[in-house]
Amino acid sequence: MSHHIVELKDVYFKYPDGTETLKGISFKITHGESVGVVGANGAGKSTLLLQINGYLMPSSGSVVIGDLKLDRRSRKEIRKKVGVVFQNPDDQLFMPTVFDDVAFGPLNLGLTCEKVRERVEEALKTVGCIELKDKPPHHLSSGQKSAVAIASIIAMQPDILVMDEPASSLDPKSRRYLINILKNFRHTKIIASHDLDLILDVCERCMVIREGTIAADGPADKILSDRDLLETNNLELPLSLQKIL
Amino acid sequence: MHMSDALLSPAVGATFWAGSLAVIAFSAKKLKENLDEKMIPLMGVLGAFIFAAQMINFTIPGTGSSGHLGGGMILAVILGPHAGFIVISSVLTIQSLFFADGGILALGSNIWNLGIYPCYIAYPLIYRTIVKESSSSKRIVIASIASVVLGLQFGAISVVLQTLLSGKSELPFSTFAYMMLPIHLAIGLLEGFITAGVINYIRVAKPEILESVSSSKPFSPDISIKKIILFFLLIAVITGGLMSWFASTYPDGLEWSIEKISGSSALHEDDKGVAQSLKKLQEKTAILPDYNFKSDDHSSGPESPEQWPNVSPGTSVSGVLGAIMVICLIFVLGIGIKALRKKKN
Amino acid sequence: MPTFDKEYFNLGYLDALSYKDTFVHRLDPGIKVIATFLFVLTVVSFPKYELSGLLPFFFFPVLFVSSGDIPAKFILKKILLVSPFALFVGIFNPFLDRDIMYSFYGINISAGWISFLSIFIKYVLTISAALLLIATTSFPGVCYGLQKLGLPEIFVSQLLFLYRYIFVLAEETMKIVRARDMRSFGRTGKGLKTFINLISVLFIRTVEKSERIYRAMLSRGFDGKIRSAKKYSISGVDIIFILTTLALLYLFRKYDIAWQLGNLAKKII
Repeated sequence: MSHHIVELKDVYFKYPDGTETLKGISFKITHGESVGVVGANGAGKSTLLLQINGYLMPSSGSVVIGDLKLDRRSRKEIRKKVGVVFQNPDDQLFMPTVFDDVAFGPLNLGLTCEKVRERVEEALKTVGCIELKDKPPHHLSSGQKSAVAIASIIAMQPDILVMDEPASSLDPKSRRYLINILKNFRHTKIIASHDLDLILDVCERCMVIREGTIAADGPADKILSDRDLLETNNLELPLSLQKIL
Repeated sequence: MHMSDALLSPAVGATFWAGSLAVIAFSAKKLKENLDEKMIPLMGVLGAFIFAAQMINFTIPGTGSSGHLGGGMILAVILGPHAGFIVISSVLTIQSLFFADGGILALGSNIWNLGIYPCYIAYPLIYRTIVKESSSSKRIVIASIASVVLGLQFGAISVVLQTLLSGKSELPFSTFAYMMLPIHLAIGLLEGFITAGVINYIRVAKPEILESVSSSKPFSPDISIKKIILFFLLIAVITGGLMSWFASTYPDGLEWSIEKISGSSALHEDDKGVAQSLKKLQEKTAILPDYNFKSDDHSSGPESPEQWPNVSPGTSVSGVLGAIMVICLIFVLGIGIKALRKKKN
Repeated sequence: MPTFDKEYFNLGYLDALSYKDTFVHRLDPGIKVIATFLFVLTVVSFPKYELSGLLPFFFFPVLFVSSGDIPAKFILKKILLVSPFALFVGIFNPFLDRDIMYSFYGINISAGWISFLSIFIKYVLTISAALLLIATTSFPGVCYGLQKLGLPEIFVSQLLFLYRYIFVLAEETMKIVRARDMRSFGRTGKGLKTFINLISVLFIRTVEKSERIYRAMLSRGFDGKIRSAKKYSISGVDIIFILTTLALLYLFRKYDIAWQLGNLAKKII
């Protein structure tokens, strides 16, 4: 089944001001894989993620999602398959109530009001926030906001879930809750994070990005226990491994 | 600078509401034609920015008291007149509802006074004339100050006119104007300076913002000029009407004002012709005959249940007694409802 | 001039009140907007020197305060706090209009005071109407009402965004302001230049934020049109409410109830 594959071939990306952030990225992610993306600040993690849903387009090289090659016309279709959760939930909850935010995606997909309602309730139940349905976002705690932001994406039922620093503003309990939700999400997951313990917990595979290229790509438990590799990339061993190794 | 409901009459309030709604519909249409989707979140968030900026106070140099920013002009410069107008209207709407700033009826007038003049008069006529693509920062300062000051002066005069036409205040035109205009001149200088400061800062720190925003700005000069000419005509007519009332009911006042302004009494013998024709004009254009301010005929409303003056003690007692009764009744009602609700819970 | 923190918390408090669930909260927002507007129009249509005829109108704010579970003290405080600015113009009336209007057992009351009092009463009524409208109708509800009444879509959409992001921006601003104040040690730091720098930084951050929001919107399929799945419908209660309101407004305006009651009482006594 090719429709859930994410494949980047020799992708280069330059920002309008000239900074070349991605210098030849190639990888292939198959259906159901859970992949962590780690690296130093400025290495290119966020830029890479934004290529996958077509918000940014490669200067050269190709991005293929399922059967679609990324270009201006296929962007819209691709966004139906790839759901991206960004770092700051306040930037993603822009509607007056939680219900409206989670309904935003499904409504744009063209679903009927009834179907939209179903999707919203299902998504909110999955993240455990159904009772917050009619609240305005500014009445929510940051953990709740993160959960609702995720719900707003899974309500679109994407095949591929992409997340940029999902746990950065969460307290330990909310973080644990998030990890459980992610573990139950069956589809492809691509998660960029500095929280190496989360990656270890949730992802089977891990890519290390360094100065716009892939420095390492392999099983998460192997990569994340390689002290030298991590430290070369401004990272440390995950806390859970630090006492052991 | 915000008008308040209590000082407005229904006619004036409704008129300016109609005017503001018409312009809102116009701006919305203009925006839709050329809409860059990016504008919607940008407009909303910039509106919130104006709010936040208004909440920060600063000490005015030299006086030690604090002041704060208005925002109309900076929105017009950054977003263009149509989007700028829509954002200012939204900011005023929220202010009137949440902050008791002005009122619901006055909102129409406030949108007119604080939105139309900066966005559709001062900005196109002054700012755009002075500032071109690659103007120096000095030019921007001059343009900002000039346009903000003009916008605020128009706004201040509007407030005075609206109050006068409503007839609830005793302030004569000249006194009111003499108070409002200098104050708003000072405010305008300050705000213009700040506006320029922000624009120049952005030009240096992050010029791509100005570029990216200006590329989504629709602005067609031709239509705006027609609108502006029409508007000036309207102002002339209103002013003419007002002056004629003034002249016929308060000839001394007009002379006094003219004396003060020009240093000489302008209404001489040979000018009797002018006063005469003004009176004729007033009779012809007396749309609101009941709304005289300070005339001998004190029935200043179309429906007065009692005739004024009412100096007989008998009716006064009824009035007071009745007032007390009504207040008590309502108070009891309020407590009753509260008790009922508590019981329900 | 209330401080930043106070104004922000005021906003949040009023906003929180609007999400309660009482009879008046459940009324259709569009109907409430119309009713409030008509209320204000009626109050303001009274002549310059009217006093007693205005009093029955307090029925409406009292109704909303008591059945909407709104703390009366809060509303009163807000009204009185803002009043000096609003009444600034009216205060001149007693000085300019000296004709005696009422003579009351030896006390002469000038017309100017009467008109000022009239302005004050009108002010309290109209401002409380606006506050109570928002206190009993969530702001998105009011926006929905406005849209139903015909305001352009683009105006309403960005009004909603504005509302949503005031809270976010206010918090960011508070952080910046506190940072400034902590390094100011008194007056010297609050100068004009600092202010300009402050709001310029805030402005840039705001534009960047709007770009991130737009990015999130695109990622969820935004195509320029904001759709809604909500269905507000007008119930029988709403219709009864608006009809009763219209009837009462007309009654109170046409007949000076207070005066009639007083006359009646006099006859009985």
